[in-house]
Amino acid sequence: MKQNRTWAWIVFIVGAAYFIIPLVATVVFSLRMRRDYLSFDAYTSVLFDKQFHATFGYSLLISLFTVVVGLIVTVPAAYLVRLRLPQLRPFVEFVTLLPLIIPPIILVYGYIKMYNTSSVLPLTGTAIGTDILLILSYVALGLPYMYRAVDTGMRTIDVQTLTEAATIMGARQFTIITQIILPNIMIAVLSGAFLTFAIVIGEFTMASLLGRPSFGVYLQRIGISKSYEPAALAVISFAITWGAMGMIQLLSRFAPRTAVRNN
Amino acid sequence: MSNSLDTASEMAPMADPGIPGPATALPAPRRGGGFAQFTQYLGVAPFLIFALLFLIIPTLNLAVSAFYDVDGHFTFNNIIELRRQNILDAYWISIRVSAASAGLGALIGLVIALAVIRGNLPGWLRSAVMTFSGVASNFAGVPLAFAFVASLGRLGMVTVVLKLFGFDLYKTGFNLLSFWGLTVTYLYFQIPLMILIIAPAVDGLRKEWSEAAQTLGASPFQFWRYVGLPVLWPNLLGTISLLFANAFGAIATAYALTGSSLNIVPILLYTQISGDVLHNPGLGAALALGMILITGIANVIYLVVRTRAERWLK
Amino acid sequence: MTDAFLKIEAITKSFKDNQVVKGVDLAFNKGEFVSLLGPSGCGKTTILRIIAGFERPTSGAIVVDGKDITDLPPNQRKIGMVFQAYALFPNMNVADNIGFGLKIAGAPRQERDARTEEMLKLIGLPGYGKRFPFELSGGQQQRVALARAIAPRPSMLLLDEPLSALDAKIRVSLREEIRAIQRELGITTVFVTHDQEEALSISDRIVVMNAGKVEQFGTPFEIYNKPQTRFAATFVGTLNTLDAKVVDAATKTVSIDGQTAAIPALPARAKTGDTVALTMRPEAVSLANGTTKDITLDGTVTEVAFLGAVIRLKVKLGENIVALDTFNDQRSPPPKYGEAVKVTLSGSDVLVLEA
Repeated sequence: MKQNRTWAWIVFIVGAAYFIIPLVATVVFSLRMRRDYLSFDAYTSVLFDKQFHATFGYSLLISLFTVVVGLIVTVPAAYLVRLRLPQLRPFVEFVTLLPLIIPPIILVYGYIKMYNTSSVLPLTGTAIGTDILLILSYVALGLPYMYRAVDTGMRTIDVQTLTEAATIMGARQFTIITQIILPNIMIAVLSGAFLTFAIVIGEFTMASLLGRPSFGVYLQRIGISKSYEPAALAVISFAITWGAMGMIQLLSRFAPRTAVRNN
Repeated sequence: MSNSLDTASEMAPMADPGIPGPATALPAPRRGGGFAQFTQYLGVAPFLIFALLFLIIPTLNLAVSAFYDVDGHFTFNNIIELRRQNILDAYWISIRVSAASAGLGALIGLVIALAVIRGNLPGWLRSAVMTFSGVASNFAGVPLAFAFVASLGRLGMVTVVLKLFGFDLYKTGFNLLSFWGLTVTYLYFQIPLMILIIAPAVDGLRKEWSEAAQTLGASPFQFWRYVGLPVLWPNLLGTISLLFANAFGAIATAYALTGSSLNIVPILLYTQISGDVLHNPGLGAALALGMILITGIANVIYLVVRTRAERWLK
Repeated sequence: MTDAFLKIEAITKSFKDNQVVKGVDLAFNKGEFVSLLGPSGCGKTTILRIIAGFERPTSGAIVVDGKDITDLPPNQRKIGMVFQAYALFPNMNVADNIGFGLKIAGAPRQERDARTEEMLKLIGLPGYGKRFPFELSGGQQQRVALARAIAPRPSMLLLDEPLSALDAKIRVSLREEIRAIQRELGITTVFVTHDQEEALSISDRIVVMNAGKVEQFGTPFEIYNKPQTRFAATFVGTLNTLDAKVVDAATKTVSIDGQTAAIPALPARAKTGDTVALTMRPEAVSLANGTTKDITLDGTVTEVAFLGAVIRLKVKLGENIVALDTFNDQRSPPPKYGEAVKVTLSGSDVLVLEA
């Protein structure tokens, strides 16, 4: 058994080195903007850049809309499939796998071909239209995670029993969803929201091909044109993602649990 | 609305909400059922509409358009055009990078997962590694590319430190902006993805199996050879497929790292979409079709293998 | 007498600050079937795992056939083990599972196959060799696990609550099968269980354990009829308690609800005027239908459980409730709830136990 542990430690340390060294290198690099001594110049340059604010704000807004649309798409479906339409489950699960099977670049290419100016729904014709398309493409990207988060949340609180209890007491369907189900899956929903945010913030391919000024596009542009700022941006971006994931972990501690049975 | 209430309380209960069981639920009774059924389907309508309009149809449309030329005539020309040398090269490089990063990522990820889950390390280490894996598997594009330039680029931290020890990394022919450089960079999100996916399977390796093997005289090596690895093998295979598909479709990191100089398929497709460098829109669709086929097959392998593995371990 | 085959010498085991096994000394004979019986957390599984080698004792030694194996790793101890969760290797069929121990030992294929066939016949599953664990029922899997454990001819067999995960009916038939196989092979066996009926029915001797200590070690008959501690008496079988007052310590006379009786088992240190707790088994108490023994008391029936061949009654005597078992009699139905009855018992059936 002792032997076992030594190997495990060696593996862990080597693995940790591989993952930590690039981060450390990035941080160090980002502090080197001024010759001869370390400074936060790269960071100030980035944080005062109007483009930074504009694109970050844009991506933030887009992610908000993505979450809302994502909820409209997933919550009723997850609820109904679980309760009334279990025969749809295989199809629904297949659909939630599609965004993982179809590379994002293919997806956005498909959108461009189908919703260009000469089609029935000329979304790419206008800025707003393209924004909508971008939001929908992010909904697609995040669909597997959002659906899984909501579905798991519902399973943990045993939606079926809650619904039956509420129905016996006279509640209508709409009331059940808004006053009983939704509050209880809020934690799961928030987890999905943070994950969506993390995905949207860094995304490049789709935004770039649709020509929208997202944070990911801004990152690429700075990456090509500047030397030290990209490192600062990388650190910031990593911190943001870590923050979002940390929030998810935190939230999962507060998730309500009423189901006694083991899943 | 009282109709739907009636039918709701008359519905036969589901067998177990956690397990998909299409055969166990009875359909809603006919009486007053039409409207109730309609409202149920109304609820899944957003999902269905979204699935059709923004997942299924655009992809099919794109796939089909590969068979049409600029004038709208059905043709195989676009597919045949794929045999252009630079395109075949692109596919070949993509396949190699994806295979290398998938294979290595799977191996290293497995070893780390085993160490953290079964290696008798402190418990908090495992959740720290899982959380970090969740973050790192999303870490791609410019930030990742830059992190590696800062470490393994010509003036990168690691390169410089190695030079201090007398080892010139770049003299060995290594170049970050090449096949191996890209592979090593890809590992940064492939390994965490492997850890995340294989962790449940490693958890599933029951302690009793290794104890039973020990009472029957097996050494740790014999346990892994006869029981541990064979049990994990289907999951491993499936996950390698998944990692392969993941790498094949990835673009942001490669683009950030090499601009368009390293000619992998997604980059080729990207330049084609943004600038029609191949002077043939149908060809872009054909490229896409090729990509879909490759990632599609890899994912199907993953799904098939995973379901068979679950049958064993029930 | 032959020297004991398995000796557990002054074993203690602590996990961090928690002492799970507090000094256990036991000696088992070769070919014996011994059960470690006790509630969850009493240390019985820990001792089993120490014998197997999966836990190292904090102090003490395990000696098998004269050899100290305390420091020997589990895979060199030649011990067969059956787990509660069967633990069959899912990637191998039944035959490969059973033959695994021999394969590791380097036995040639022919020998493995022959032995596997033999084992399959022994457990009553001939022809099941090609099946996989997930195709078998719980009871079948456990039998295969047993075959796997004994195929390599170990010197000892350890079973860790092997029947707990099975249905009640299978539990009974399988425990008898296990005992039959063990008898046929003559292999020293240690069986851990929390089910006292299981332990009583198949063991040569039982170790009753509680909170890390051995309460009593003896044959089922001894433990049931001559329990040495309160715990042993209450954990194994049902025990009735009656409060009584010592009237005359010299003649060992006590008074129960006004009636006097002589209690031979009254300890010497009891003094006149003391209150003692008299304990007796349900079968020692009977309804006074004509024949009476030395003590007869009046009571009211509070519960009637018709278990078929046996009828278990609960009768309220003053402040105490006493359980008594009586056989079913086709000719006379059992008393009803609330009925006034007389119960009778013999003073010599009474045990007086310390708390």
